[in-house]
Amino acid sequence: MRINLDSDACQGHNRCYMLAPELFDTDDEGYAILRIDGEIPKDLEEKAMLAVDNCPEFAIEVADD
Amino acid sequence: MTRRSVTIVGASLAGIRAAEALRRQDFDGSITLIGDELHAPYDRPPLSKQFLAGDWGEDRLALTQPDKLDDLDLELRLGVRATSFDLASRRLGIVDLDDQGCSGRGGRGGEEFVVDGLLIATGARCRTLRGSEGLDGVFVLRSLDDSLAIRAAFDAGPTRVVVVGAGFIGAEVAATARTQGLEVTMIESLPQPLSRVLGDEMGAVCAELHREHGVDLRTGVGVEAIEGEDRVERVRLSDGSVIEADVVVVGIGVVPNTEWLEGSGLRIDNGVVCDATCLAAPGVTAAGDVARWPNQRFGEVMRVEHWDNAVSQGAHAAGRLLVGDDEAEPFVPVPWFWSDQYDRKIQMAGRIGPDDEMHVATGSLAERRFAAIYGRAGRLVGVLGFNRPRHVMRYRMLIESGTSFSDAVAAEF
Ligand SMILES: Cc1cc2nc3c(=O)[nH]c(=O)nc-3n(C[C@H](O)[C@H](O)[C@H](O)COP(=O)(O)OP(=O)(O)OC[C@H]3O[C@@H](n4cnc5c(N)ncnc54)[C@H](O)[C@@H]3O)c2cc1C
Ligand code: SF4
Repeated sequence: MRINLDSDACQGHNRCYMLAPELFDTDDEGYAILRIDGEIPKDLEEKAMLAVDNCPEFAIEVADD
Repeated sequence: MTRRSVTIVGASLAGIRAAEALRRQDFDGSITLIGDELHAPYDRPPLSKQFLAGDWGEDRLALTQPDKLDDLDLELRLGVRATSFDLASRRLGIVDLDDQGCSGRGGRGGEEFVVDGLLIATGARCRTLRGSEGLDGVFVLRSLDDSLAIRAAFDAGPTRVVVVGAGFIGAEVAATARTQGLEVTMIESLPQPLSRVLGDEMGAVCAELHREHGVDLRTGVGVEAIEGEDRVERVRLSDGSVIEADVVVVGIGVVPNTEWLEGSGLRIDNGVVCDATCLAAPGVTAAGDVARWPNQRFGEVMRVEHWDNAVSQGAHAAGRLLVGDDEAEPFVPVPWFWSDQYDRKIQMAGRIGPDDEMHVATGSLAERRFAAIYGRAGRLVGVLGFNRPRHVMRYRMLIESGTSFSDAVAAEF
């Protein structure tokens, strides 16, 4: 499973990196940054889905390889 | 553990996130999601912020998209209220609000069925000010309809909005009203806003934020009466002063929705009482604003009224229904929430008490751009940030890993 973040869509609602700090970081203004490069470690897939479902801007996507 | 079906009562944040978690954990039994509101599951935080301001439409509130809802393959029963539960027989009583009053089955459109797994996510509702219930122009804010009503009242151009209670919801309503150019008076009975949670010093920082934006903030004073003929006309305070007002928003806290569980055999005490794993009774769990459980990380029994908790606990309580007692894990989150007021993003993580040791780790209180960390018994227990999301996140991770307060003070990000 791969993860993608649309930085233009992100409005800095903080939800992804608080729900999944293993996958996301934030800049000083609160906009999200991906911590991992593409491929999601198996044990973090559930957290990735949580972030997808909770981003109010639909800025996060996951896709099966 | 093989479970055939799960019934979730409360079709909001905790309930829908629970349903999603069940499917993610490969539960292929039937899921019934029951909620007494008519709207499809929606998100509440924007109701006092972007939605109240008119910046977001209703479509932005959806907690899930139609295609994802379809994928969940659940029986969604909206406009249906749970009215009773009996633990011994596992019978759940419900009533379709549309049929209420008709002489259908069960006398009043009522129905009963036996449940297998039950997840309670009925949330909380607003406290009201006694004596003001019948008056037009007096509002509380919990639901989409509440927010729409307040938005309409703001749009009508009131001469003054009075906000009763300077907690997070009250403060956000005041900020939204001021941003729209409305005159606002906010009344708080504590010596400073939020001083019971944040202490007087940080409470004063919040007070300054509102005063600087033109809110007439009155602290240490209570509301005697809200008066008017049919509509609210004035608010009388305990210090004898009177404020003319045509809109009043009351934000004085919430009470958990547990009345329907009276006599159920479940323990109710300021919420549904659960064990450390969110289990209230065999095959019954609770999550979100309605749940009370001992958080072993803090050695404290909590009921948390934050968005993040409803999301995480919804998922945890769902998983708990799928495992046996020996596999069950305790729910040990570091609570976190945010509040947006004017151009400030206020965030708090952990547990902050007025007697904790406090250290401003970065920024300054005067500029209201800072992160302050809190220690108790030598441990880092909390962080409060004003426009410092990255620091709040990092310190939250340190709380999670059990960092000592002195190590946290020395840490640099
Ligand atoms: C205006 C507002 C702004 C907020 N802003 C923030 C914020 O900025 N940050 C933050 O962290 N948190 C915020 N919150 C808090 C957050 O929204 C709540 O913690 C969250 O909604 C709790 O979710 P829940 O599912 O537990 O309960 P609820 O959202 O209360 O949902 C419970 C649902 O169950 C239904 N129900 C109740 N009784 C029954 C019954 N007997 N039968 C069937 N259905 C029933 C209710 O109608 C409701 O739909 C805010 C809340 C509000 C109201
Ligand atoms: S939840 Fe969405 S909008 Fe918020 S910070 Fe993450 S990506 Fe950005």
